[in-house]
Amino acid sequence: MKVLVAVKRVIDYNVKIRVKPDHSDVDLTNVKMAMNPFCEIAVEEAVRLKEKGIATEVVAVTVGPKAAQEQLRTALALGADRAIHVETDERVESLGVAKLLKGVVDQEKPDLVILGKQAIDTDNNQTGQMLAALAGLPQGTFASAIGIEAGEIEVTREIDGGLQTVALKLPAVVTSDLRLNEPRYAKLPDIMKAKKKPLETHTPESLGLTVSAAPALLKVETPAERKGGVKVASVDELVDKLKNEAKVL
Amino acid sequence: MSILVLAEHHDGQLASATAHVVGAARTIGGDVDLLVAGNHVTGVAESAAKLEGVTRVRVADAPAYAHQLAEPLADLLVSLADDYTHVLAASSTTGKNVLPRLAALKDVNQISDILDVESADTFKRPIYAGNAIATVQSADPLKVITVRTTAFEPVGASGSASVEAVDFVADNTLSRFIGEDLAQSDRPELGNARIVISGGRGMGNGDNFKLLDAVADKLGAAVGASRAAVDAGFVPNDMQVGQTGKIVAPELYIAVGISGAIQHLAGMKDSKVIVAINKDDDAPIFQVADYGLVGDLFELLPELEQKL
Ligand SMILES: Cc1cc2nc3c(=O)[nH]c(=O)nc-3n(C[C@H](O)[C@H](O)[C@H](O)COP(=O)(O)OP(=O)(O)OC[C@H]3O[C@@H](n4cnc5c(N)ncnc54)[C@H](O)[C@@H]3O)c2cc1C
Repeated sequence: MKVLVAVKRVIDYNVKIRVKPDHSDVDLTNVKMAMNPFCEIAVEEAVRLKEKGIATEVVAVTVGPKAAQEQLRTALALGADRAIHVETDERVESLGVAKLLKGVVDQEKPDLVILGKQAIDTDNNQTGQMLAALAGLPQGTFASAIGIEAGEIEVTREIDGGLQTVALKLPAVVTSDLRLNEPRYAKLPDIMKAKKKPLETHTPESLGLTVSAAPALLKVETPAERKGGVKVASVDELVDKLKNEAKVL
Repeated sequence: MSILVLAEHHDGQLASATAHVVGAARTIGGDVDLLVAGNHVTGVAESAAKLEGVTRVRVADAPAYAHQLAEPLADLLVSLADDYTHVLAASSTTGKNVLPRLAALKDVNQISDILDVESADTFKRPIYAGNAIATVQSADPLKVITVRTTAFEPVGASGSASVEAVDFVADNTLSRFIGEDLAQSDRPELGNARIVISGGRGMGNGDNFKLLDAVADKLGAAVGASRAAVDAGFVPNDMQVGQTGKIVAPELYIAVGISGAIQHLAGMKDSKVIVAINKDDDAPIFQVADYGLVGDLFELLPELEQKL
């Protein structure tokens, strides 16, 4: 079976962000970028399916600017067979991305699409669900385990109360949560090999699509900074402060 | 304006999150209806009808809606959405699962996890793990929104809405419920506890969480955890607090053996008072803590329990 795995280029999760002085957005100039951590988990899962002989081909896809090809190369180094870049410089958000991915799904006809559950920049947590809706497919979001058998995929989902397991008819869309797996690091020879793997580029126009308008971003601000308080010397002092100063006990 | 709120419920009980989402809906203004979807949810609908400011409770009671699967719930919402300008749900795992699906089926954007309402089409929401706050404006005819429940006051329970059945029954052949493994606890829910005490990697193992439990019992607190503690298998996933886990904003948050990574802070930094217990004097958690106690948690927790 064919697995399509979507990846997003985002700010590295270790970087402390800055808001632009004009409050128009977060400042990404000269900031370290990386593959969204949840997408790394998605790629890892797809590659493991191939290693187990369940998947026959893993195709990585991204929507974004030219530079996002870096993240496709990372996916290829991690074990994807080929990559598709839908290039656009517009500010595309979840609905727009989902529509473009739907265009790719129509062309590629994968049996399974795996995405990260959320991107750590917009924190939307929407794209997988939207793609599933547009493609008329079932969705297994926030997955911590999957199992494939007889035309179905069983997905264990991390929900607020614990875990829920659902069975979805294939083709299906799955979004990864943190516990799905622990992604590997790309090895140098694989990084070299990845440079030669096929990477196909599209534009929204070449897919016959237009980019859906995202909600207007009116302003981006830094939240009120929380001030550090005091160190207390003992448990007694802590209990006293909580009772008599903070009055929370 | 007319707003439909998807009610959150578990085990035949209306979840407290719903009153907060109705609070957000009333901030937007206009008529507010509640949708209770599930199987055998008469009791939930009765509680829902008491929420102040709700005009009408619409009840979709059918086996198809048991377990809140996204496919039938989204179809149900699509069948009702044309009566409304806004559809709201909590930023719970149910809301986050279902609302994007509804939005895509209606060809509109979805706005996630709003913290504040500027107007009927303009909202504030956290981005980059809450390290920036975006003000976004939707031009869509239908606004589909998930709500950060800790950011809105709940409405009271002295209302008396009408209750009406919804006839639409979704036909779902795509997905099937297999089972669930839900945490059993007599403690308050993490999302609305007045006090939360969380443990991190410093706890060492799952058994040591008993030290936290003992303090939690004295305080009537909920117990949470960092991702590292969940990943290491000390405690189950439903206890994770943070950017990609639960968001809490209690009166008192006590972080024990947690370093204070931005992803963890994203889930608790709106707590009223923060206490950190950590053996590392330089741990970043102290930068946000109102009261920091430097030392070995294995000595400090039993002492704290005893002195409360
Ligand atoms: C995509 C992504 C999403 C994430 N989402 C989340 C999230 O939602 N929630 C979350 O929490 N994290 C999240 N993380 C992980 C986050 O980056 C940190 O790795 C994690 O929060 C660290 O957990 P910790 O503080 O328990 O562990 P550590 O950073 O290892 O800290 C352990 C602390 O315990 C202290 N300690 C050890 N022994 C003792 C002792 N005996 N007494 C007292 N103190 C002691 C140490 O000094 C240290 O400060 C996410 C990361 C990524 C990449």
